[in-house]
Amino acid sequence: MKYAVNQPVPKLDSAAMTTGKPIYTEDLAPADCLIVKVLRSPHAFARITAIRKKRALAVPGVACALTWEDVPRIRHSLGGLAYTFGSPNDRYILEDTVRYVGDAVAIVAAETEEAADKALRLLEVDYELLPAVLDPRQALDHQPPIHGEEDYSAEDTLQGQPKRNLMAHFELPYGDLDAAFAKCDVVVEDTFHTRANSHAMMETFRAFSYYDANGRLAIVTSTQIPFLCRRTAAQALGMPIDRIRVIKPKVGGGFGAKQSLVCELLCAIVTVKTRRPAKLIYSRTESFIASNSRHETYITVKLGATKDGIVRAASVHTISNAGAYGEQAFATALLTGVKTLPMFGRAEAFHFDFDITYTNTMAGGAFRGFGATQGFFATESMTNRLAVELGMDPCQLRLKNIPHSGDFMPAYFFEFLTSSALDRCIKTGRNMIGWDQKYPRVEVDGSRVRAVGMAVALQSSGISKADKCCASVKLCEDGRYIVSNGAGDMGTGCDTVLAQIAAETLQCSIDRVSSAPVDTDSSPYDKGSFASSTTYVTGMAMVKACEQLTGMMKAEAARALDCPVAFIEFDGDFFYARNGSSGRLSLELLARRQVTEPDCPWFTAEGSHCSPTSPPPLMAGFAEIELDRDTGKVTVLDYVGVVDCGTVVNPALARVQAQGGIAQGIGMALYEDVQYDEAGRMLNRNFLRYKIPSRMDLPPIRVAFEQSYEPSGPFGAKSIGEVVINTPVPAIADAIYNACGVRMTDLPMTPEKILKGLRQQVQP
Amino acid sequence: MNLELTLNGRPWKGEASPSQTLLDFLRAQGLASVKRGCDTENCGLCTVWVDDAPVLSCSYLACRATGRRVTTLEGVEEQAADLGRFLAARGAEQCGFCSPGFLMTVLALRRELPHPTREEVRAYLAGNLCRCSGYTAQMDAVCAWLEVEE
Repeated sequence: MKYAVNQPVPKLDSAAMTTGKPIYTEDLAPADCLIVKVLRSPHAFARITAIRKKRALAVPGVACALTWEDVPRIRHSLGGLAYTFGSPNDRYILEDTVRYVGDAVAIVAAETEEAADKALRLLEVDYELLPAVLDPRQALDHQPPIHGEEDYSAEDTLQGQPKRNLMAHFELPYGDLDAAFAKCDVVVEDTFHTRANSHAMMETFRAFSYYDANGRLAIVTSTQIPFLCRRTAAQALGMPIDRIRVIKPKVGGGFGAKQSLVCELLCAIVTVKTRRPAKLIYSRTESFIASNSRHETYITVKLGATKDGIVRAASVHTISNAGAYGEQAFATALLTGVKTLPMFGRAEAFHFDFDITYTNTMAGGAFRGFGATQGFFATESMTNRLAVELGMDPCQLRLKNIPHSGDFMPAYFFEFLTSSALDRCIKTGRNMIGWDQKYPRVEVDGSRVRAVGMAVALQSSGISKADKCCASVKLCEDGRYIVSNGAGDMGTGCDTVLAQIAAETLQCSIDRVSSAPVDTDSSPYDKGSFASSTTYVTGMAMVKACEQLTGMMKAEAARALDCPVAFIEFDGDFFYARNGSSGRLSLELLARRQVTEPDCPWFTAEGSHCSPTSPPPLMAGFAEIELDRDTGKVTVLDYVGVVDCGTVVNPALARVQAQGGIAQGIGMALYEDVQYDEAGRMLNRNFLRYKIPSRMDLPPIRVAFEQSYEPSGPFGAKSIGEVVINTPVPAIADAIYNACGVRMTDLPMTPEKILKGLRQQVQP
Repeated sequence: MNLELTLNGRPWKGEASPSQTLLDFLRAQGLASVKRGCDTENCGLCTVWVDDAPVLSCSYLACRATGRRVTTLEGVEEQAADLGRFLAARGAEQCGFCSPGFLMTVLALRRELPHPTREEVRAYLAGNLCRCSGYTAQMDAVCAWLEVEE
């Protein structure tokens, strides 16, 4: 790559970020915004029988108090996915039924925060309590149903039975499973419990809204999905799409949480009702209790292998907890199987099925890894168990079973693997961690022991045949470029990565390319920044846009140089007439023709892309831990992640994505757990009690890349953002087993659980 | 109540509510670098200096700052930009939302700890959470910057 791709270009917005400039949503809100606050349900499941708002409305400065009677009765889903893709229409903006502690009961807007807070306290609500259910395994047929409403709707493909609390059911059989298991010498089976996790991005949910001069509703929001936010707002508010404009400023982290609308409609409805600007800033507690989380799952995995270490048969059964609303639940549960089973590349048969039940906990949502993370904990843990049963090194076992470039992957939407360096990832990581010296364990002293563990993983690069992403490029009259995307950079750096791809295609330095902010009025359509799609799918759209622009520029150069266009060459700076003449035209002069030549078109091009495939990035992760047998405490001493994301477009950003994803994975493995009491109240609703890894908890995280070349990606690139969270949980679980012989099947793997396991060993 | 203090090197005089936090006061002055992350003194995003010592402005009443020097990232922009370039070179700012509070703590560290080891740097910065980076690139950036500074 000659110009910008494969270079550690600093993020285009870094200077503004590191000098604290007003670039985030809250910084940009007008001073005269009404302050919006939300009354939250104290009950896990209840019917609202009365809301008296007279006293609240009497507070000076209160502009409105909205209840279920004030909002459109249009069932919708808050989950942003390519099209509806499995999210049932199961909620109103406000409803007379509340389904989890934290569900919105009423909305208050006032001139000041004090007035809004006071009005919230003065709202009087009568509830009729209903029996709640929190455990997804007990939710089926629990009465009354959480979604008994008559206007509930969902696609038939979900096979849901909402009156039974069954949100969805799915089965994917392949081959003769019984026959395949019958051939196996070793069969292992177990069930794994993964917990809800909170995204805990540093910027909580926030939005402000106003009517513009043309009477259109503008929503400025910290979102990953500007265009899906616009579409959902239009649906839920009963407005045509063209009447709504969504603007995305800089976003302080998302990790999937902002792939759903969380606060936008609660704010916008105030503007709709009062015609005034309004803003809603979630507190940290509100972000914890009233947004979405990683779906809790129970995953049962059965693997069968012959003595030679070939996995012949595999089955995955998932029970997923949708929580109170079904946004994202179907696709997330789907990934627990379709992303994990392809690792058994030589399996003759497999079976995958899942059931998703509604419960009275906060809704699950998209969270980096999107179900695959939960799935890989189960399948990779079982692969490590198989290695022990077979007496085989776990790295060797992977090398015998992983899919290779050219392989057909029936579990992976019947796609072919078109690029993979996973074998190299395993070998490199094994050397980096010092596997041969450290596996399985090294005793430190009487209580402490050090051990290593490993896992492999893959993810997607966008959603094949579904994700539509566009990008555009304009040539300014001085010969410089402005590129636009509608994806919604949430801090990952996709604005920069896409500008690099543009520079590479246009054969120029990154300094000649600027990136426009995201605004649904001016940005090209993109389904949003999720499913690991910005580099791979939007990146290809950017390549197409830039190629199209180059074609337009060449055509004009041909006219200017009086040369057939087929003979025009462009090197990024000059257009050359290769028809025997020595004519050439600089890019600057060509650009100026846009304003000096009456017949010269304006050079602007838009490319759109929807990939027929979703080539997986792959990785191997290796953990070294120290475990104290007396206390059960686990310290991660070293973590090595070796990633094949195809061509690495920006090595600095890709490395930090990998390190950050691994850190989140370590948090999920050891600390993070959204806990509810018996009444469904979330217990750990601040950073004091919900523990994300701090600087003191993590070792330096080491990342290496083993590049493959993905033929369908921009300059050979695949995705990076999600695959990186998938290995820490099973790798650390494996290290714990190698350290002390305890099999961890329940997250997080706390000292308490490890000690319990150690005691059970002593008293069989 | 009356409040009189030095804000980023300039005298400031005016009214503040007795219950207003320093964080809310500073944001009301248009100082956008001061970020709210938690309100419970757990994340470090709202770090500013009072008389050159880092404090968490979410849990510090504005009236306590009376007669004191309050400094936000806007007041040390040049130094911050320099250190920020070390972060940017490694992509370590990511979403950037924790960067201002983080930079204020690093700049205080530079003043308070001569020749710190990597472990000392880590311990000093322990209260600054980041959800994006996994900390490694942040630590590399700080150590590289300290080396150049010294």
